[in-house]
Amino acid sequence: MDFLSNLISGLSLGSIYALIALGYTMVYGIAKMLNFAHGDIIMVGAFTVIVCVNMCGLPTWVGAILSVLVCVLLGVVIERVAYKPLRKSPPLTVLITAIGVSYLLQSLAQLVFGSGLHSFPKVVSIPPVQLGELTIKGDALATLAVSALIMVALTLFIGKTRMGKAMRAVSEDKDAAELMGISVNKTISVTFAIGSALAAVAGIFYGSTYGFIGPYTGSMPGIKAFVAAVFGGIGSIPGAMIGGLALGIIENLSKAYISTELSDAIVFGVLIVVLLLKPTGLLGKKIKEKV
Amino acid sequence: MMKRKKTSIKNYITYAIALGAFAVMMLLIATGNATRHLQSMLVPICINIVLAASLNLVVGVLGELSLGHAGFMSVGAYAGCLFSLYMQEILPTAVRFPLAMLVGGIVAAVFGVLVGVPVLRLKGDYLAIVTLAFGEIIRSIIINLNFTGGAAGLKGTPQDATFPAAFIVVMITLVVILNLVNSKQGRAIMSLRDNTIAAESCGIHVSYYKLLAFVVAAFFAGVAGALYGHNYSILTASTFDYNKSIEILVIVVLGGMGSIRGSMIAAVVMTVLPEALRFMSDYRMLIYALVLIAIMLLNASPAFSKLKGNLKKLFAGRRGREEA
Repeated sequence: MDFLSNLISGLSLGSIYALIALGYTMVYGIAKMLNFAHGDIIMVGAFTVIVCVNMCGLPTWVGAILSVLVCVLLGVVIERVAYKPLRKSPPLTVLITAIGVSYLLQSLAQLVFGSGLHSFPKVVSIPPVQLGELTIKGDALATLAVSALIMVALTLFIGKTRMGKAMRAVSEDKDAAELMGISVNKTISVTFAIGSALAAVAGIFYGSTYGFIGPYTGSMPGIKAFVAAVFGGIGSIPGAMIGGLALGIIENLSKAYISTELSDAIVFGVLIVVLLLKPTGLLGKKIKEKV
Repeated sequence: MMKRKKTSIKNYITYAIALGAFAVMMLLIATGNATRHLQSMLVPICINIVLAASLNLVVGVLGELSLGHAGFMSVGAYAGCLFSLYMQEILPTAVRFPLAMLVGGIVAAVFGVLVGVPVLRLKGDYLAIVTLAFGEIIRSIIINLNFTGGAAGLKGTPQDATFPAAFIVVMITLVVILNLVNSKQGRAIMSLRDNTIAAESCGIHVSYYKLLAFVVAAFFAGVAGALYGHNYSILTASTFDYNKSIEILVIVVLGGMGSIRGSMIAAVVMTVLPEALRFMSDYRMLIYALVLIAIMLLNASPAFSKLKGNLKKLFAGRRGREEA
C-alpha cells in the first residue's frame, strides 16, 4: 500500500513535469531552441494566482484563468521581443538570451514579491479519497485528472486541427511550410502561447502541491522538465509525457526508498543511462547525417 | 609561413594585454591606489579567466555545448582543498599550494575522462543536458559525502591564493590553451567543429580529439576550482550549481566563441560589472539580465553587424594604405 501511494504521488508530480516538458518540447520542435525561461513562466503563473486570490480576494477559479492568460501573454511577448530577432542566429546566442530572460523574470519577481516564500492558496478543495487502506490526496487526483485531460486535448489538437497540422509542418521544415502558405510567425506564437498556458497550469498544481512559491521556485522544476523532455526525446510530444511521468515516479520512489538528498542525483543518473543507450532519448527521431 | 607568424603575433598581443593589466594593477596596489574592494576582485577575475578560457576550448573551439563546467570546477576545488588540509603540516606553502592546484587539475581531468568517454558520443543539446546532469550529480554526491564536509561545507583551507600566484596560473593557462589551439591538435579539434564527417574522412580520430579538448578543459577548470578554494576559507557545494556553469558560458559567448582573448576580456568585465552594480543592490540582477539580452539582440541586429563591418573595412583600409 505504501508503494502504491508513493507511486500515485510520483505520478502526480510526474504529470506536473510532463506539462512543463510539453512546453519545452513543443518550442524545441518548432523553434529549435531551448527555452530556458520556460521554468520561470511556472513561477509567474503561480504568483498570479497568489496576487489574485490572496491579495485581491478573487475566487480561485478566476485566479487560475487569469494566471493562464497572463502566462500566455507573457510567453508570446517574450518570443516577439527577445527570440524572434534571433531566429537566424546560432543556437548558443538564443540560449544565452533565454537565460537572460530567465534571470529577468526571476529578478523582477524578487523586486515585486521579495526573496522569501509566499504561501499558495488552496486551489483544489477535493477531499482525499479512501480506497481500502490507500488514501489519495485531492491535489494528486486533480493534478492527474487535469493533466490527462490536457494531454488528450493537446494530442487531438496537434493531430486533427489545421493549426496542429501547421505546427507539425513547421517543425518538419520551416522553409517548405512557408512556401505552402503557412504563417511561420503565427505558428511559432501559437506554440509559445500553448506552452506557456501549460506552464501556468503546471505552476498552479505545483503551488498547490507544495504550498509555497518564491521567485526561484521555477528553476528546479524547469530543469527537471527539461531533463524529462530530453529523456523522452526532445521534440516528441508523447516522449515528453512519458519522460515527465517516468521522472516523477523515479524521483518519488527514490525519495521514499533510497535517499531524499540523493534523489536528484538518481534522476539525473537515470537520464545519463538512458541517453547512453538511446542517444536521442526514448522516442526521439534519429536523424541521419548527410555529407 | 606568413600565416603562422600572424597567429603568433596575435598570441603575443594577448599575453601583452594580460601582462600590462597585471603591471598596472601591481602598480596601483604598490602606490596604495587600489581600494580593498578592487583588490578583493583580483583573484576572482583570474579564476574566471581560467574558467572561461578552458570552457571556450570546448564550446568555441570544439563546438560542443557543455553546461557542466562548474562540476569539474567543484571536483578540482574539493580535491585541491582536501590535499591542502592534509598536507598543511607537512609541506611548506610554496610547495603545497602549486601541488594542490595540480592535484585539483589532475583529479578534474580524470573525471573529464570518466565523463567524456561515454558522453562525447552524444551531440548538441543532448550533450548539453548530460553535462548539466553530471554537474548536478557531482553536487548532490559532494553534499552527501562525509569527508567533504557535506552541506555545511569544507572549512579551514589555508587562504594561499594571492593575486601574483593567480596571475601565474592565468598566464600558464593562456600559454597552454593558445598553443594547443594553434597546434596540429588544435586544428584537428577545429575541423571537428566545422565538419565532423569531412574531418573523419581525412583521417582525424574523432573521439580522441574530442576527448583531448574536453579533458584539457576539465583540467583547467579543476585548477581554477582549487584556486577558488584557496581564495575563500569555506567551500560549499551549492556554489557549483548549473548557474555557475551558465555564468561561465555567458562569459565565453560574450567574449566571442573560440576567441581566448575575448574570453579574457569578457571575464574581467563580467566579474567587475556585477560588483560595480552593487550600489543598486536590488536592481543589480535586473540590469545584468537586461544587459545580457540587449547585447545578444544588438549582436544579431543587421544594422549593428553592418556598422561593425564598415568599421573593420575602415581600419583595414587605413592599415592597407600604411603598408603600401
